[in-house]
Amino acid sequence: MPTSIDTASLEITLSGVHKWYGQYHALDDINLSIAPREKVVICGPSGSGKSTLIRCVNRLEAHQQGRIVVGGVEVGEDERKVDAIRREVGMVFQQFNLFPHLTILENCILAPMWVKRIPRAQATEIAMDYLNRVRIPEQANKYPGQLSGGQQQRVAIARALCMNPKVMLFDEPTSALDPEMVKEVLDTMVSLANEGMTMVCVTHEMGFARQVADRVIFMDQGRIVEEGEPDEFFAHPKTDRASLFLSQLLH
Amino acid sequence: MIGRMILTYPDAARRTGTFLLLALITLMVYSLGVSPAWIGMVLPTSSEWLAANPALGRLVSAVMIAVIAALNWKALRQLPRHWQITGVWLELFVLLMIFFYSFNLSFAFIAKKISFLISQGVVTTLYISVISIAVATVIALLGAIAKLSRNGVIYGLATFYTSLFRGLPLLMQIYIIYLGLPQVGYVISAVPAGILALSLCYGAYMTEIFRAGIESIPRGQSEGATALGLSPSQTMGLVILPQAMRVIIPPTGNQFIAMLKDSSLISVVGVWELMYLARTQGQTEFRHIEMLITASMIYWILSIGLEFIQSRIEARFGRFNVR
Repeated sequence: MPTSIDTASLEITLSGVHKWYGQYHALDDINLSIAPREKVVICGPSGSGKSTLIRCVNRLEAHQQGRIVVGGVEVGEDERKVDAIRREVGMVFQQFNLFPHLTILENCILAPMWVKRIPRAQATEIAMDYLNRVRIPEQANKYPGQLSGGQQQRVAIARALCMNPKVMLFDEPTSALDPEMVKEVLDTMVSLANEGMTMVCVTHEMGFARQVADRVIFMDQGRIVEEGEPDEFFAHPKTDRASLFLSQLLH
Repeated sequence: MIGRMILTYPDAARRTGTFLLLALITLMVYSLGVSPAWIGMVLPTSSEWLAANPALGRLVSAVMIAVIAALNWKALRQLPRHWQITGVWLELFVLLMIFFYSFNLSFAFIAKKISFLISQGVVTTLYISVISIAVATVIALLGAIAKLSRNGVIYGLATFYTSLFRGLPLLMQIYIIYLGLPQVGYVISAVPAGILALSLCYGAYMTEIFRAGIESIPRGQSEGATALGLSPSQTMGLVILPQAMRVIIPPTGNQFIAMLKDSSLISVVGVWELMYLARTQGQTEFRHIEMLITASMIYWILSIGLEFIQSRIEARFGRFNVR
């Protein structure tokens, strides 16, 4: 098993993955493969293990059984391998998790400077480029607390992109936002998808799923209950559990 | 009934309240046994009458003090907030000076000794405190990280350390280090022993402060840093600690001020720091109180210096909190 990541065609594979919190079976035999440039949306009721699943991919949580392989490198106890994976896998959180003591620009250049050892001038250039892409370059010298929720989440996306990741994980990126700010974040994610980024999104934004997802995965009680193309999944869910969930979501 | 009266006659109620408050202050001052002698000093013609009517004199004195306090309050209320603060400080400081002046101090003696008190005592106190503060901060940081460690051995070491050094009296720790270490073959002189004791003791207290500060930062912060690929030590140094500082600094400032004054305990092993000199210099001419008051004022001035530094650092680490 190599430690160097195959960045050219980075594939994520989970096979037979289990995770328990004490007695609670959070992930139950997860088998999933995500191809390069694929966009996968994971949905399901709360507590179904969606977040746990993507947090296992960059080992914010440790799985206890099964294998997770990212770009040919196995996620496990070996910290060097995990570091290599985290460099290629960006993550956006529900609560943004921006660093409040640093300005927007400093948030964006911190990891490139300290993890990739990129000089400050060059890191700043990269960061300003991404802040332009998420359309908030004028906020670069403000602190996160001075920005709206939607702006903060776009900064969080730019911050992750500054590490030039091959895969982006989104953990309910719009769930903590006021309704009028959801769109600006989703627009950013759509343009990212159109550029060919591999994306795994935990979200309930079904419009977004229809628009960009190649595949929708429905989870319940730690298991993958159903998966399929978005149009097929939303129009004709195969399982009762999924149709019940969708009926509650759409009303 | 009373409630309705207050609502119907708010002005009358307020005046009654003010009057009652004044009466209460008068009663307190009176029952504390205030001497009317100061009226005699201000108004010499009244001293005969005061001698003839001691009880009445006390009452008059108490009423006058209450009235002066009330007028003072009213006068200060007229000023803008900044001047109110300055005014209160000035008045209380003058009162404190009058209090010290009443001890009949020999200022000539103080003037004679103060330069030695500063050049030897303050210098020693300061350098012992500064080194101890630096070492204690390092110990506290390591202790806090150890206390948050999942490694049982490290956690055990940290908890035993904080428990022991918070539990033993500081005086005892100084004796144990100074007199105890030579027993196991390591002879230590007084100043390093003092620094070691102060550092270990305050390091233990500050471990808890640092731990609480680190724990006050939401878990999302370290997750965000970890997901970006930052190592655990980078996460701690670049993300967690700078934010925890806001919580850590005020109680740490307290600890530094307390340590500055507790450094006087080192005088028991014969270190010529401020308190030791204050006691020994005063003894020679039986002018204890002069030296003790002088030393106290010096400690106060040094503490004010620390308070100032604390507020500067606090402002620095709090600047991101703007909206």
